Amino acid sequence: MNYAFEWGTILRAWPYLMQGLQTTLLLLVVGVVLGIALGTVLAICRMFGPRPLAALTTGYVNLFRSIPLILTIFWFYIMMPGVMRVLTGDPNLTVGPIYAALAALVLAEAAYFCEIVRAGIGSVRSGQMQACLSLGLTRWQALTNVILPQAFRNMTPSLLNQTIALLKDTSLVYVISMNDFLGAAVRIGQRDGRVVEVFIFVAVVYFVVCSAGTWLAGWLQKRLNPGKA
Amino acid sequence: MNYSWDWLIFLQPSITGEGAYGYLLLRGLLWTLAISSLSWVLAVAIAAAVGIARTLDFVVLRFLAATYVNIFRNIPLLVQLFLWYFVVPELLPTAWGTAIKRMDPLLNQYFTVVVGLTLYTAAKASEHIRSGIESVSAGQKQAGRSLGLTTAQSYRYVILPQAMRIVIPPMTSDFLNVFKNSSVALTIGLLELAGATYQLSEFSAQPFEFFAAATLIYMMITYTVILLMRAVERCTRIAGSLGAAS
Amino acid sequence: MKNGDDMIEIKNVSKWYGDFKVLDDCSAVVSKGEVVVVCGPSGSGKSTLMKTVNGLEPVQQGEIRVADTVVTDRKTRLTALRSRVGMVFQHFELFPHLNVLDNLVLAQTKVLKRPLAEARERAMLLLRRVDMEAFSEKFPGNLSGGQQQRVAVARSLAMDPMVMLFDEPTSALDPEMVGEVLEVMMQLAREGMTMIVVTHEMGFARKVSNRVIFMDRGRIVEDCPKDDFFERRDERSERARDFLDKILQH
Ligand SMILES: Nc1ncnc2c1ncn2[C@@H]1O[C@H](COP(=O)(O)OP(=O)(O)OP(=O)(O)O)[C@@H](O)[C@H]1O
Ligand SMILES: [Mg+2]
Repeated sequence: MNYAFEWGTILRAWPYLMQGLQTTLLLLVVGVVLGIALGTVLAICRMFGPRPLAALTTGYVNLFRSIPLILTIFWFYIMMPGVMRVLTGDPNLTVGPIYAALAALVLAEAAYFCEIVRAGIGSVRSGQMQACLSLGLTRWQALTNVILPQAFRNMTPSLLNQTIALLKDTSLVYVISMNDFLGAAVRIGQRDGRVVEVFIFVAVVYFVVCSAGTWLAGWLQKRLNPGKA
Repeated sequence: MNYSWDWLIFLQPSITGEGAYGYLLLRGLLWTLAISSLSWVLAVAIAAAVGIARTLDFVVLRFLAATYVNIFRNIPLLVQLFLWYFVVPELLPTAWGTAIKRMDPLLNQYFTVVVGLTLYTAAKASEHIRSGIESVSAGQKQAGRSLGLTTAQSYRYVILPQAMRIVIPPMTSDFLNVFKNSSVALTIGLLELAGATYQLSEFSAQPFEFFAAATLIYMMITYTVILLMRAVERCTRIAGSLGAAS
Repeated sequence: MKNGDDMIEIKNVSKWYGDFKVLDDCSAVVSKGEVVVVCGPSGSGKSTLMKTVNGLEPVQQGEIRVADTVVTDRKTRLTALRSRVGMVFQHFELFPHLNVLDNLVLAQTKVLKRPLAEARERAMLLLRRVDMEAFSEKFPGNLSGGQQQRVAVARSLAMDPMVMLFDEPTSALDPEMVGEVLEVMMQLAREGMTMIVVTHEMGFARKVSNRVIFMDRGRIVEDCPKDDFFERRDERSERARDFLDKILQH
């Protein structure tokens, strides 16, 4: 190995990388917040909704879970401008790739979050619902006051793990040439002819953040089920 | 929107002169299958070894296995792929690096994706194998040992057959993930199904037909795999146990 | 004190889990053909003591010998020893993925290297002895607890053990099934098998055992002939009397 490292390149790239990191964080935060919200709605529709609605959500979840996220991102990337032009009535509207990326991430991740919420609700013993109903609560009251709070407690580790998966997934917006953390790194690395240093740096940053999250999820899991080693 | 659908586009020759659009899409599908099947087989082998290593009483082995899993699980696949493709050849001895760069580019891309995808998937899958093994009760392990079985024998005849049943569903979703994740190949220029779809939709100016076709193909394969694995699960179900019923 | 008649010798054994002392200087001798019942409150270390005898659990201090094998010697090949020391568990621990016959055949072919035909023959013979031959093709999950436990006893016997260890073999069973398992154990005892039995079935202890060991907080508090244990209550320690009172009340 006779590669001459030049780590100073990271410092020079710093402002540019930080901009990329901001984009990544924006994708992450919006993806998690809206993803969990939509995922919860989907889970409730699927478990408690009338049959046609339940079937529809099942179809939605299966669709998004069976195609690669990259394909979803492409879908929105080519569809978004057309759709937005129709919606706004402005035929010359330009729509940045960020909207396509956000829409793809939120809608696809909601399908994964839905499965987690469903498992979380399923983990609450069925006696709880029966107890609520026998106390005279409605199903909705039971759900919001008793079932969901317990469910969310049980599924915090899974939600955190999915959040880390989402963070890793955000890097895929590279395929529509966005300047997220990875995209910025690729560009700056190629400009300076220093992809080696830049990629290693990016890998280390992702590793540190994701490991911390994984560790935290494991710790929460242990705290929730002290019985299991 | 006045998009004019043209489903016959698949039969028309591509503007690149390489053959019909449908044929090019199919070629993408074949790459997807070639990448995911090889990566899957290799990943299962590595995952089994790593997962078992993490349950043994051999501290060094356990530590090494855990380190591998933590590193490969916590870096995005795309970043790993770029490391293998752009960084590793630079860091290898010069002769090796040049040898890699002189390889047929398509083979180079193919093997790079397989390496990246295999190691990424194996790290995750090994966790499933480990928890499958751990879910076999301590009593079963003691029963095996108290009959005089060696460690290898108890894994072979008592623990793994029981763990396997538990491991099949998560391994199915691991396979589906490999299948979907193989789409990262397009980022280093290997046009598998998703990449081909995107490229052809630009060439033909009929994007929606291609995207719809690709979506259907992905869904069909996913369902085939799920149905297959359900059948496998039924075959491996243990008589009288409720666990595998759902 | 190596006497030709000793089958198991436990000498000053102590064991810790971290800071917690599970076994505290335990000593006992079991002669050939003897049936020893071990009882004591939950958590007193009975299971742990049994598991040290076939080397499932290591000990930090003391020595354990079974026949001519020093279990606590690091050089001992434990697999060979374990195949000759049968163990029956509270939760049966039949292998759920194998049918009854294969549960009995597995270790015979893998450990003792018996030919398959011979192993099957031996298995069927033992299943007949525990009155389970009609179930040889069934899977454990389809059997009642009592039936599973009888199969588990047969599985151990198939290895031609010198000694049998029973760890609460009936406490996971419905009451009406306890009798059928105890019956199998009594028959074994009559045939001269050396047995250590952890159980709270005092009827069994009275009828079958030679000695009773009472454990409390990791110590062997009582070790005496069964008649002394049950009849001379006033000579027993306070802990043992409390325990007996509680158990015999039911
Ligand atoms: N692997 C372990 N690690 C730490 N402590 C343990 C372990 N196994 C057992 N113990 C502790 O050792 C003590 C003795 O356990 P043991 O299972 O031998 O009790 P026992 O007399 O068989 O009780 P029971 O009647 O409930 O079966 C208990 O306090 C238990 O909590
Ligand atoms: Mg016990």
